[in-house]
Amino acid sequence: MLSFKDIRQGLLVALWFIFLTFPLLVIKINPIENSVNWRWLNMVYVGSFSFLIYLITRMVMARKLERQKKIKLGLVKEKVAWSIKLFSQPRLYLPLLAAVAVFFLLFPGLFSTYQVNIMITALMYVVLGLGLNIVVGVAGLLDLGYVAFYAVGAYTYALLNMHFGLGFWTVLPIGGVLGAIFGILLGIPVLRLRGDYLAIVTLGFGEIIRLILENWSSFSHGPSGISNISRPGFFGIELSLEMSIVYMYYLTVLMVLFTIFVVNRLQDSRIGRAWFALKEDEIACQAMGIDKMKTKLTAFSLGATWAGMAGVMFAAKTTFINPASFTFLESAIILCIVVLGGMGSIVGVIVGALVLILMPEYLRAFSDYRMLAFGAILVVMMIFRPQGIIATLRRTYTVKGDLE
Amino acid sequence: MLELRNIDTYYGNIQALHQIDLTVEAGEIITLIGANGAGKSTTLMSISGISPPRSGEIIFKGKPIHELPANKIVTLGISQVPEGRHIFPELTVAENLDMGAFLRNDKRGIADDLEYLYDLFPILRKRRNQPGGNLSGGEQQMLAISRALMAHPQLLLLDEPSMGLAPLVTKQIFEIIEKINREQNTTIFLVEQNANLALQIAHRGYVLENGRITMHDQADKLLANKDVQKAYLGI
Ligand SMILES: Nc1ncnc2c1ncn2[C@@H]1O[C@H](COP(=O)(O)OP(=O)(O)OP(=O)(O)O)[C@@H](O)[C@H]1O
Ligand SMILES: [Mg+2]
Repeated sequence: MLSFKDIRQGLLVALWFIFLTFPLLVIKINPIENSVNWRWLNMVYVGSFSFLIYLITRMVMARKLERQKKIKLGLVKEKVAWSIKLFSQPRLYLPLLAAVAVFFLLFPGLFSTYQVNIMITALMYVVLGLGLNIVVGVAGLLDLGYVAFYAVGAYTYALLNMHFGLGFWTVLPIGGVLGAIFGILLGIPVLRLRGDYLAIVTLGFGEIIRLILENWSSFSHGPSGISNISRPGFFGIELSLEMSIVYMYYLTVLMVLFTIFVVNRLQDSRIGRAWFALKEDEIACQAMGIDKMKTKLTAFSLGATWAGMAGVMFAAKTTFINPASFTFLESAIILCIVVLGGMGSIVGVIVGALVLILMPEYLRAFSDYRMLAFGAILVVMMIFRPQGIIATLRRTYTVKGDLE
Repeated sequence: MLELRNIDTYYGNIQALHQIDLTVEAGEIITLIGANGAGKSTTLMSISGISPPRSGEIIFKGKPIHELPANKIVTLGISQVPEGRHIFPELTVAENLDMGAFLRNDKRGIADDLEYLYDLFPILRKRRNQPGGNLSGGEQQMLAISRALMAHPQLLLLDEPSMGLAPLVTKQIFEIIEKINREQNTTIFLVEQNANLALQIAHRGYVLENGRITMHDQADKLLANKDVQKAYLGI
């Protein structure tokens, strides 16, 4: 099963990893004593660990290849993805859905405030992920500056609250609308570009918004940010800190449900079909009479609307915002959620957000290597499951003319 | 029905069409023949608004359309089968056809057209739940034509329906094009490399060379013309 060549290759891989991690894991400088602490043992760990991982992946790959060969020869049937199997049978997924619903409903009662806070953050990323999913997953437009619209929403609430004392519920729709307006303003010039160019321009836009917020101090209070933003009101009743967190939690859950509902409806609609078709073939779409610009612009600005609303919620949750919350890393994480979860798949994006946001929290045990583990998991996922955790179950549309 | 006056179309700085003048009468099959790169596809793209002309006028049923966006032109009744078919590979055959009716809302009419097309191309009915990408080249061409017809156009722009098809399949498709023209009274603008076949079913023909119209006449006269025979019919 494993040839001599695999083992030699594995040793080379191990050496390469030792070389790569050498400065990080082996050399430790002690600045007080001005001495270097050599941790040779770490080298052995890294070497043997990467060697083992390599051999295991080789074995998995070999088995996969064998399977594919057998499928080609007709010896075994192609496996249907488990996610597709699960979601095609209500008998299987309804109890699961009920369990998930009960879990999220009881969550604040079962866990500490700290955990609830983390969960709120994760759920906000679910909203952001679902919003970006419209743009990237469904319409196929690579947007690397998504966080800009998130910032627009957050600053909308912070500023309107500070200057005019407007409350959460008033600003939530305003944040969404402003997000949409910014989406349209950016979209009109930019959506003529394709693929890589679009990605670069949106990336630039994200940075511009952040730099404006950082430097236009009289407007946004610069890097020191805006604090004392009001929490969402509960019919005029003052809530204790703990209660207001629980309240925020349920608000976020509601927002997630609302988002799922809208995205789901959208994918089944005319515009949803146009998005899908546009991703497949632009020329054909034009020949069918689909307005290319308008269709793309709708996806782009809808995504921005959701980012705007999520931004308002973010400001309301943290009560303090500054430009550091809206860096490119944030856009990258949201994009990872969409890609890792499974482009275009609603359940996938939800699972992706929960995994990606909760995992680093619970990986705190390995605090120093948290980001390393995060990166490694992303790489491994993309090699073994490029379609994402939950592959899209492509909807087949009911055909207008089919009257049977 | 359709009139092109002094059309100039550019790709960036490169001029692909020079002063194209051309008319299409309602109910006829007209063909545009020419060598590779002559500008045939560009002519169709100019009409359908996908590569709009830089100067000149295009009049459809008395109205200028050269400044309208592609989607508006489809609404007016011009539907294009782009070169190379361009079907949606992941959508099923039925969904592909449904995309053709994207701008329509008359359920009854759509159902009738679908029935008509399924009768015209029985293979499509048989494969209606398979992804378009799984069809053979000929079947994809049938799908592309059917999809364009789902818009119920008055003018159908066909770009090289014979491309990459076996002679027998080509013949079958050309027969159906004639049939559509006869039964549905759809005007057809046919662009073809296969000048022989195209001129046999067309009423009139235009010859395009390096972006300019060099000849136009009744189809049978072009077939008999010595220059055309030498250049395009391989006789
Ligand atoms: N997208 C484009 N960008 C730049 N130039 C183009 C483009 N499409 C076509 N051209 C150029 O325009 C001219 C006309 O091309 P066109 O596709 O209309 O030719 P055609 O007659 O359809 O040829 P064929 O028989 O090979 O399909 C050619 O010189 C071609 O190189
Ligand atoms: Mg061509």
